[in-house]
Amino acid sequence: MTAPAIRTVGVCGAGGTMGAGIAITAARAGFRTICFDASAAGLERASRDIAGFLDNSVKRGKLTQQARDATLALLEPTTDKAALAQCDLVIEAVYENLEVKQALFNELDGICPKHTIFASNTSTLSITEIASRCTRQDRVIGLHYCLPAQLMKLIEVSPGVNTSAATIATAWAWTEACGQRPVRTQDKPGFILNALLVPFNNDAIRAVEAGVADAAAIDAATKIALGYKMGPLELVDLVGLDTQIRLCEAFYPVTLDPRAAAPPLLRRMVAAGHLGRKSGQGFYRYDGGRMFGS
Amino acid sequence: MTHAIICSGKSRSFPAGDAFRQSGGEQAAAEVLVLLGQPRYRPDPVRVAILIELGTECLGVHTGEASGEEGSNAVGFARYRNGDDPPSPLVELVRQNRTDPLALQAARAVFEAAGLTVVECADQAGRIVDRLVRPKYNAALRFLDEGLATAADMDLTCRMGLGYADGPIERVVRGGLAAHYDVTRALFETYGTAAYAPARRAVVSAQRRDREDGAQ
Repeated sequence: MTAPAIRTVGVCGAGGTMGAGIAITAARAGFRTICFDASAAGLERASRDIAGFLDNSVKRGKLTQQARDATLALLEPTTDKAALAQCDLVIEAVYENLEVKQALFNELDGICPKHTIFASNTSTLSITEIASRCTRQDRVIGLHYCLPAQLMKLIEVSPGVNTSAATIATAWAWTEACGQRPVRTQDKPGFILNALLVPFNNDAIRAVEAGVADAAAIDAATKIALGYKMGPLELVDLVGLDTQIRLCEAFYPVTLDPRAAAPPLLRRMVAAGHLGRKSGQGFYRYDGGRMFGS
Repeated sequence: MTHAIICSGKSRSFPAGDAFRQSGGEQAAAEVLVLLGQPRYRPDPVRVAILIELGTECLGVHTGEASGEEGSNAVGFARYRNGDDPPSPLVELVRQNRTDPLALQAARAVFEAAGLTVVECADQAGRIVDRLVRPKYNAALRFLDEGLATAADMDLTCRMGLGYADGPIERVVRGGLAAHYDVTRALFETYGTAAYAPARRAVVSAQRRDREDGAQ
């Protein structure tokens, strides 16, 4: 089936940070964007955040007032999933769980027209598996945005086993129309970004555990020697140690790569409540955003 | 803290022309000796510190080890360098379990006075940077072989998605795949895990280098 041009885009999970960011990229590029979330409160919060972001963009000279108004006018928040029936492309940014994403696409299968492309923003799960419970596996693709989506241009484009060439071409062209920079990857755990990053961060945790050096020395060494903006342990603290475990649990059973297995120290720290910035302590200690321990 | 530099052979940390090599004074009066190149270490307890430049080997190769009780005024060091790229401002100081804290302090002072950034680490293969980054380069080279993405897209993804100055493929290629082979082979000899086994492209590059060397 040849996919028609994309005019209307849906974002599922638009009440979350990633979903809201994706919605901005679509509306800013002139696409009518239906922002679905089951939580009305989440949508309200996201709408305020989006308006705030666009206002700042105007203040900083990145966006005209006219473009700001046009972008906001193209965003249509809704808690009614049936509204997604009008979409040519639906991008999901819901909870990172295979069953949740499969169930969503299965339900959307009965709501959306035949031509609608389903895209998953998953960072770790298989696109082929996510598509496996819907009847349009040829129109399911991975579009993995980086946080914050409204600022980061990169998108990893990952076709599943059954994704058609037409779907790849349409999705690719659409990301470019949004001013994004697509890169093509295979449907493998973590695609490019997380496949390189998650084991690397684990290696840094294991180096702490092995007594090679403390967290501050490891982060300083990688930043100075390699030109990284953030050290691996600062980054794990930022994303959350519990999130790092979840990433490992998504990767390791699929790849059986020992580097992807959660290091024992990581599990002990999470058990002790040291989750990183959000709990005030991880590899560093935090007090109101200030960092100690370096 | 007075120091003297003794250079024997080629130094990767401070190659010929590096300003640091002009620093220091007379060996006899120096409190700290800095041994560059392929140094022959001899214990000298009178000095505050003896700094030994390391390649891929551990400090224990020079000083000997004693079931976890090793340590003296000898401190290992290496300035991180990606192949033949200019040396970075990072100096990894290598300590043993019983290394004299005053020797570490003196070593730090000598290098920081030269405008370098110092981090301390244990005497383990690969120190900090190579231990962490070489498995990542191996993975990227394997992904390239497996067709995950093109080299250009992998590099672009790391630059755009992670804010890296350069991507893993361009960096390891620029540093030299044969040099990557040499480092990972040394790491693999110690750790024995697949992550450190030289990637196929590095093996190919090293074999070509050896063949070309043999032909000369």
